[in-house]
Amino acid sequence: MIRDITIGQYYPAESVLHRLDPRTKILCTLLYIISLFLFQEWTGYLIATVFLCTAILLSKVPVTFIFRGVKAIMVLLVITVVFNLFLIPGEPVVRIWKLTITDQGIRTAVFTAFRLIYLIFGSSLMTLTTTPNQLTDGLERLLGPLRVFRVPVSELAMMMSIALRFIPILLEETDKIMKAQTARGADFESGNMIKKAKSLVPLLVPLFVSAFRRAADLAMAMEARCYRGGSGRTKMKPLAYGRRDAFAYLITVAYLLLLIGVMRFTK
Amino acid sequence: MENQYKMSLKLEQINYIYGTHTAYEMQALTDISLEIHKGEFIGVIGHTGSGKSTLMQLLNGLEKPSSGRVLFEGKDIWAEDFDRKMLRSKVGLVFQYPEHQLFETDVLSDVCFGPRNLGCSLEEARERAKKALAMTGIDEKYFADSPFDLSGGQKRRVAIAGVLAMQPDYLILDEPTAGLDPKGRDEILEQIAKLHRENGIAVLLVSHSMEDVANYVDRIIALNQGRLMYDDVPKAVFAHYRELAEAGLAAPNVTHILHSLRERGFDVDTEAVTVEDARDTILKAMEKSV
Amino acid sequence: MGIIRAKEVGYSYKRLNDQGEVESVRQALNNITLDVAAGDFIAILGHNGSGKSTLAKHFNAILAPNEGTLWVDGKDSRQPENVWDIRRTAGMVFQNPDNQIISGVVEEDVGFGPENMGVPTEEIWRRVEESLRAVGMYKFRRHSPNKLSGGQKQRVAIAGVVAMRPKCIVLDEPTAMLDPTGRKEVLKTVGVLNKKEGMTIILITHYMEEVVSADKVFVMDQGEVVMEGTPREIFSQVERLKSYRLDVPQVTLLAYELRKQGIPLPEGVLTNEELVEALCRVRAAGEKQFTENGESV
Repeated sequence: MIRDITIGQYYPAESVLHRLDPRTKILCTLLYIISLFLFQEWTGYLIATVFLCTAILLSKVPVTFIFRGVKAIMVLLVITVVFNLFLIPGEPVVRIWKLTITDQGIRTAVFTAFRLIYLIFGSSLMTLTTTPNQLTDGLERLLGPLRVFRVPVSELAMMMSIALRFIPILLEETDKIMKAQTARGADFESGNMIKKAKSLVPLLVPLFVSAFRRAADLAMAMEARCYRGGSGRTKMKPLAYGRRDAFAYLITVAYLLLLIGVMRFTK
Repeated sequence: MENQYKMSLKLEQINYIYGTHTAYEMQALTDISLEIHKGEFIGVIGHTGSGKSTLMQLLNGLEKPSSGRVLFEGKDIWAEDFDRKMLRSKVGLVFQYPEHQLFETDVLSDVCFGPRNLGCSLEEARERAKKALAMTGIDEKYFADSPFDLSGGQKRRVAIAGVLAMQPDYLILDEPTAGLDPKGRDEILEQIAKLHRENGIAVLLVSHSMEDVANYVDRIIALNQGRLMYDDVPKAVFAHYRELAEAGLAAPNVTHILHSLRERGFDVDTEAVTVEDARDTILKAMEKSV
Repeated sequence: MGIIRAKEVGYSYKRLNDQGEVESVRQALNNITLDVAAGDFIAILGHNGSGKSTLAKHFNAILAPNEGTLWVDGKDSRQPENVWDIRRTAGMVFQNPDNQIISGVVEEDVGFGPENMGVPTEEIWRRVEESLRAVGMYKFRRHSPNKLSGGQKQRVAIAGVVAMRPKCIVLDEPTAMLDPTGRKEVLKTVGVLNKKEGMTIILITHYMEEVVSADKVFVMDQGEVVMEGTPREIFSQVERLKSYRLDVPQVTLLAYELRKQGIPLPEGVLTNEELVEALCRVRAAGEKQFTENGESV
């Protein structure tokens, strides 16, 4: 049932965050991520925590889903913590063999870990409350000004949404071809690296052939339905800012200002 | 007797559950027990989602049952020491649209893929491949061609040869006629019947088309919503044409015609399942009534 | 004048070698002349490789003829400025449902055509709703196409074409990849569009059962139209169809076999009811004859 994997891990629910314009969510997430690099003090973390927790509560997304994102970066997280712990000079606290852990090291390690986790939480929250299609639409509009520099923004957005639609189909196809070749005695698991790489040929060739056939079919179907690039198209679901978007921007900017203010004050 | 028991492929009280412990958990097969003997020609029918594909994949160890046993010649295929690669050569599986798995640069090499995986020498693999291609009616002049340059029907036969080259005792084919035109369909089915007749390979033909199945097989396994609905000779299965229709499986059209005629007072044998048999029984009934 | 008219149309595929020179030429269509009346249900039969899909692509101006002329609603398909008008007039549904659905949400996919045509937003919504209702898929409007059955996907593809408000829909083997249930769904949908909405339907297929209710059938072989007529006229020629790698429906074949054995049945029987009724009539006539004979003795 590989087909059931949803790309972009959208969590369907009825919440204020789900209803926000994708542009609002993308920009506010960006502001939030910037904010995480503005402070080094406990007070800053406190404010960021309040902001993040409020957003999570408003989203109605179960906390377990938000934690899942952290699993993916666990290795990165551990490496960062270890490096910070051992390599930052300062007042020694513990000595193990030739390595020293300093108070400054502990501090930085903890802060960096939190910063990373908060970053993941924030961006997961955005992808969990926004469908891949909305994200594409949002990006298309936000990147719109790049058209001046002849960047084919609409076409790129179209490519992205087509990719999103075909990833599950190609995953299922991979599964099918793999099984078919296994039925012919193929072995995808055992052997050394070279043998493994070689065993992928019977999988990849049919997969590419199929992907090209699908691409040709799809291009024809799109042309038959009068697609001729981004110009002259209307939108079935045009993006429109509402009052709640203005409110969301207001809160995020207020949060950012508060953070900057507090940082100055404590210094 | 003992020997005969050993020459079989057997499912014992199989249950199969998809995606256990996820939101998509679904029971695909429920309590399936059946036995397939060497040399049989069996039709497997069932609507989409009835569990046909899962059943096929259980038979050659591509899927593992959630409970129950799969026995090949009396041995449990999921036992520690069982050689499942050997099993896959003995129970050949041809997926739907098998031409989508072709990948080599020439026809002969592609058919050699299976035997080579079994550890055959290049020479023996080629020998087997040539034999398999001959069995599916691919002329020698195509051997060096790219499989991608062949026609749809030819590609399919090359793909079937790719499985035959492993010299299976049992051959399972999932919708081998899908997408082919009437002539192409008849040709493939004839080839399969010939394989069964001349090489004694047991064939399991998975199909939506009752007409195809009725013309060739001597036993039908009907699945409905993951359960075994019928397992009997075609005549006996098609006698339940009303129940079949309810399960989304129409009996061959001649069955419906004969039943209508019978209701109108014709003394026809409603068990006929092919056009020829139907013609004969109608002729007989007409003679009687005149 | 018909909605689609072809006059001596020919088309050939050229295969180029690495240097870009013509390596071989394959004549896919040869001297095709036909006329499709608006509102008709037309079926085009032919084996794989008979040229029927190539012809279908001409109806939608995906391909333009090398020889002869093809008009869609009076517009010459070789003129580049007519291409987009033709594609609005004759919508096209393809074989593989997965490879023609563009969006990850059913309703957005149906809106794709109107979006491309520059239809205003409210009007798109109206059309999407109407089209989805017409094919009976309205309640699935927010679903992902990946979770639908083959027949349902194909109905979504049909809705996507209907939303462009074409006069004619060309379906290129829309049922080839479907199971019997899906096949029935699609045919029923197409039938409704023809009868209720008065849309011209051109169905390309090699399933004989699907063309029984067509107004007119064209049979293709080696790039040419070799037979043309009502389903009854076509299916009465069993041997000839077989020579074109085709077939007849099972009931037609049974009637044909009985006729060969001397039972006086009409030619080209198309449905079960027809055959049963015809056999009853033969029996009644036989009994009558038998009684008459009995009296005379």
